[in-house]
Amino acid sequence: MLSFDNAAVSIKDLTKTFGDHTVLKNLNFDIPRNKIVTILGFSGAGKSTLLKHILGLLQPTSGTISVLGKDLSHMDRMELREFRRHFGMLFQYAALFDSFTAIENVAFPLREFTKLTNKEILEKSAGLLDSVGIDPISHHKLPSELSGGMRKRVGLGRALALGPDIMLYDEPTTGLDPITTNMVNELIVSTSMQYADRGMTSIIISHDVKATLRISDYIAFLHQGMIEEYLPASEFHNSTNKLVQEFINL
Amino acid sequence: MFFLLRWVESLGATIIENLHALGEITLFAGRFFYWMVKPPYRFKLLFEQLYFVGNKSIFIVCLAGAFTGMVMAYQTYFGFKLISVDSLVGPVTALTLAKELAPVLTGLIVAGRAGAAMAAQIGTMKVTEQVDALEVMGINSVQYLAVPRILASVISVPMLSALFLFVGNIGSWLVGTKFLSIDEAIYLSKLGEFMFLEDIWQGLIKAFFFGFLISVIGTYFGFNVTKGAEGVGKATNLAVVWGMILVLVLDYFLTSFLVHIL
Ligand SMILES: Nc1ncnc2c1ncn2[C@@H]1O[C@H](COP(=O)(O)OP(=O)(O)OP(=O)(O)O)[C@@H](O)[C@H]1O
Ligand SMILES: [Mg+2]
Repeated sequence: MLSFDNAAVSIKDLTKTFGDHTVLKNLNFDIPRNKIVTILGFSGAGKSTLLKHILGLLQPTSGTISVLGKDLSHMDRMELREFRRHFGMLFQYAALFDSFTAIENVAFPLREFTKLTNKEILEKSAGLLDSVGIDPISHHKLPSELSGGMRKRVGLGRALALGPDIMLYDEPTTGLDPITTNMVNELIVSTSMQYADRGMTSIIISHDVKATLRISDYIAFLHQGMIEEYLPASEFHNSTNKLVQEFINL
Repeated sequence: MFFLLRWVESLGATIIENLHALGEITLFAGRFFYWMVKPPYRFKLLFEQLYFVGNKSIFIVCLAGAFTGMVMAYQTYFGFKLISVDSLVGPVTALTLAKELAPVLTGLIVAGRAGAAMAAQIGTMKVTEQVDALEVMGINSVQYLAVPRILASVISVPMLSALFLFVGNIGSWLVGTKFLSIDEAIYLSKLGEFMFLEDIWQGLIKAFFFGFLISVIGTYFGFNVTKGAEGVGKATNLAVVWGMILVLVLDYFLTSFLVHIL
């Protein structure tokens, strides 16, 4: 199993049980900084549960999670809340606030967490929208007036607003048409490159094997709450793990 | 025999389920109080909700109030005339409105309008992960979504109830003195004779609690939506049904309590 020094996320012996259902089983998993790491797995494998632990939204039944060198289990709720500003997250359906325009969605975290003036916030938001490829005529449209792909772009702009150290993508391409899927994948790569100097780490949860092989640096395969395989993307399709082969050839 | 058992079983299950929900709602109300006192205080969101729950209900509350007052005047007039106490139409209408009809009908209207909307809005945000998006940003969703709505409702419903009372009395006065032949001076003097501030207070206190109840229920069902758009519809429905029923139930208990202390 791969392990890294100075990892962005370091998970040790993580077990999570809901009632009598153990969803994550003694997981050990390091995610290196400044890389794109994808977690693959069948539905119900525990991917979202794992992601929620990294975000500190769920507490482990046992084990520890360190993010950027800080042990989450030592933080109280307020500290966890503060700490979440190190994360940016792109949700499956973008999760834009539907009563806010595109630019106000991007401005939202800036208004909440910075002391910038209104003018600075709007300038910065417009800049972010430009950088994810939303042209100015769409800045003042409501999410309902945007296409699925554009919503994803705006969602990405919002996630990047506070300059996250870790970007999380929850099934970024599930439910999109092939062209938009390509576009979102390109966007993930270009975002990762654009923020590389800041050492931004990208974590992707996905079902899409082909795209994953192309855009990731490392791939983990989660099955029934255990990491079955964790390899550099270039070696992943040579995995000798039966389940991985089954998943790839699905 | 078998059917009877099944029936008792399902009755028991229903009771347990509802008691469980009641417990959950109480816990949720506790979270509201916790997050209400914790900064930041979001006045902008509060004003938006005051506008939505309050201002936007004004027209319908006036309409309901006017017609309720008018019909009350008619109904009491023909009864009272038989025993020659038609001069009491004013105070009887006013008292009924102040203590019962204004707060209860306002409560029912707001449950149908705003309580339902709260469940629908928050439920939609829940299923489209907007609530998760808030949480991931480190913003508590109860504080951001529920607190302004509940506060707005607690503030608005008494004011709307007072408006209902006022408009209702105008309606009653109009019908009583213009259409039915009660003397204007007598109408007003009898009103002053039998109507006291306590009566108005009783209604306002009730309205305050109804405002709390309706909005806690609306937001609670919104946050508890799980299964997609279908779930949102169900939550909206539950918010209206439970909001209305519990307004009526609470009205009985508040009445039996308030008559002793006021
Ligand atoms: N809050 C919870 N309470 C109880 N069980 C849960 C909870 N959250 C997740 N589970 C269970 O944990 C298991 C893993 O769920 P999870 O959502 O992490 O899977 P996933 O890999 O993200 O699947 P998908 O690809 O379908 O999103 C499932 O069996 C699910 O029912
Ligand atoms: Mg999932």
